[in-house]
Amino acid sequence: MKHEEKNFEKSDQFNLTMIPGAFARKMRTCVIWQFIRFVAINIKMIVVVGKSH
Amino acid sequence: MARLVVLGGGVSGHTAATFAAKWLGSSHEVVVVTPNSKWNWIPSNIWVGVGQMSKEEVTFDLAPVYAKAGINFKQAKAVSINPEGSESEAKPFVTIEYTESGREGESEIVEYDYLINATGPKLNFAATPGLGDANGLGEHTVSVCTADHAVHASQELQKCIEKMKAGERQKILVGTGHGMCTCQGAAFEYIFNIEHELKKAGVRDMADIKWISNESFLGDFGMGGLHMKVGGYVVSSKLFAESLFAERNVEWLIGAHTSKVEAGKIEYELLDGSTNEEEFDFAMLIPPFAGVGLKAYAKDGEDITATVFAPNGFMKVDANYAAGAYENWKASDWPRTYQNPTYKNMFAAGIAFAPPHIISKPMSSPNGTPINPTPPRTGMPSGIIGKAVAHSVCDLMTKGENAHLHEASMAEMGAACVASAGKGLTTGTAAAMTVYPVVPDFEKYPGTGRDTEYTFGEIGLAGHWIKHILHHLFLYKAKLNPGWTLIPE
Repeated sequence: MKHEEKNFEKSDQFNLTMIPGAFARKMRTCVIWQFIRFVAINIKMIVVVGKSH
Repeated sequence: MARLVVLGGGVSGHTAATFAAKWLGSSHEVVVVTPNSKWNWIPSNIWVGVGQMSKEEVTFDLAPVYAKAGINFKQAKAVSINPEGSESEAKPFVTIEYTESGREGESEIVEYDYLINATGPKLNFAATPGLGDANGLGEHTVSVCTADHAVHASQELQKCIEKMKAGERQKILVGTGHGMCTCQGAAFEYIFNIEHELKKAGVRDMADIKWISNESFLGDFGMGGLHMKVGGYVVSSKLFAESLFAERNVEWLIGAHTSKVEAGKIEYELLDGSTNEEEFDFAMLIPPFAGVGLKAYAKDGEDITATVFAPNGFMKVDANYAAGAYENWKASDWPRTYQNPTYKNMFAAGIAFAPPHIISKPMSSPNGTPINPTPPRTGMPSGIIGKAVAHSVCDLMTKGENAHLHEASMAEMGAACVASAGKGLTTGTAAAMTVYPVVPDFEKYPGTGRDTEYTFGEIGLAGHWIKHILHHLFLYKAKLNPGWTLIPE
């Protein structure tokens, strides 16, 4: 059984939602990809801050 | 020379006072009345609560900072406001009671020309039997609302981890301690930091972790939830949150009003009216918030507290308090200038202002128990409101009473939130989120009430880096280090 599939059987609550697979989880801690996301999130946050003042 | 008195030295009060002192210079006086000697970067209390930071890393002494800014600092709590003065005092004044070491209980009258009420909330532990009492946190649960509470929480969590290492299974319960709580985001962040710490300690399989909350659905966060673009879809935060809980094997109990806390056990009522119990070995339950209990008196001594403050103790401002039923709620109900409608030289900022109504859909059980989150006012809105109010007051002081008032509606401002799950730069993952606007505007953004270009959330290391940066940036700013005004709220 794949890692992400184990929790589905633990409760009805878990069974009705979505759980990320290996690729999605890997990307969360991939430093290169996260650096790109860091830049993107910062730009979005700066825009939100700018629109809020 | 006119005098501005700021009640409270938290995010909103500190922002208002420091900007006012900078803009007014030495031509006017700024006084800050706050019962605490230290400023606390509250978002990082989560890391203190799991032993990843010390109290000293999230706090600093206010006195030297205010001395540098030319602010008159009084370590005291405000007791009452006389917005018309009294029979013996011509000018409006605040009665304060010192909390400073060596002067405890000493009373003083502080006259003002303008007043900013930024007292923040009273942590109303007494609202739930056993959660605490009028003196604060009780003995059965922990809290991360203050740095001291977080230190205590960390100590209790470590005891729990030791028991797990010794082979004793532990039940961990995190969430809200009453049906009318806010700040679900802090509890949300704390539960995933605990989960991360247990993994690090190698005892995750020895713990059952459960979330309990007054939200009617997971991911409500006191904002009625939010919608964000993910993988080409626009999805509800419900899916986002449920996925995170399922992935981390954290069960949830929602629509719950915690009605009683005892040693190792809580009683709760659900939205369907049923009641039940939940046992725990370690529980962090957020208390509901209330106003700090300031009284107000007219010139002849008549009690006018109900005129100045809403029943929940927060100060009335330029909000529409007569919006009525949920179907009639509009973004325009929310205040813009935060000026008290009765006394135009009084303003409220941050958590101290009375919201017109909640943001989430109101819910109650068949027994009539209200079970819904109250509106969150996190650091970014509190800081922006504090700055706008300071700007208005400075203009009133320097340009006269017809000066333009600055506006900062929560229905026109966003908020950035980062919920960490760990503290490492290469391990753990955080949920970074922005929401725009905080209060949904269904007339401007039909369907979701928000701009989905700027309402988003994603999980990853980048959120950790942002959380670290925010921690250092806002502490740097609050200490008024060089260039502090360039850092946005």
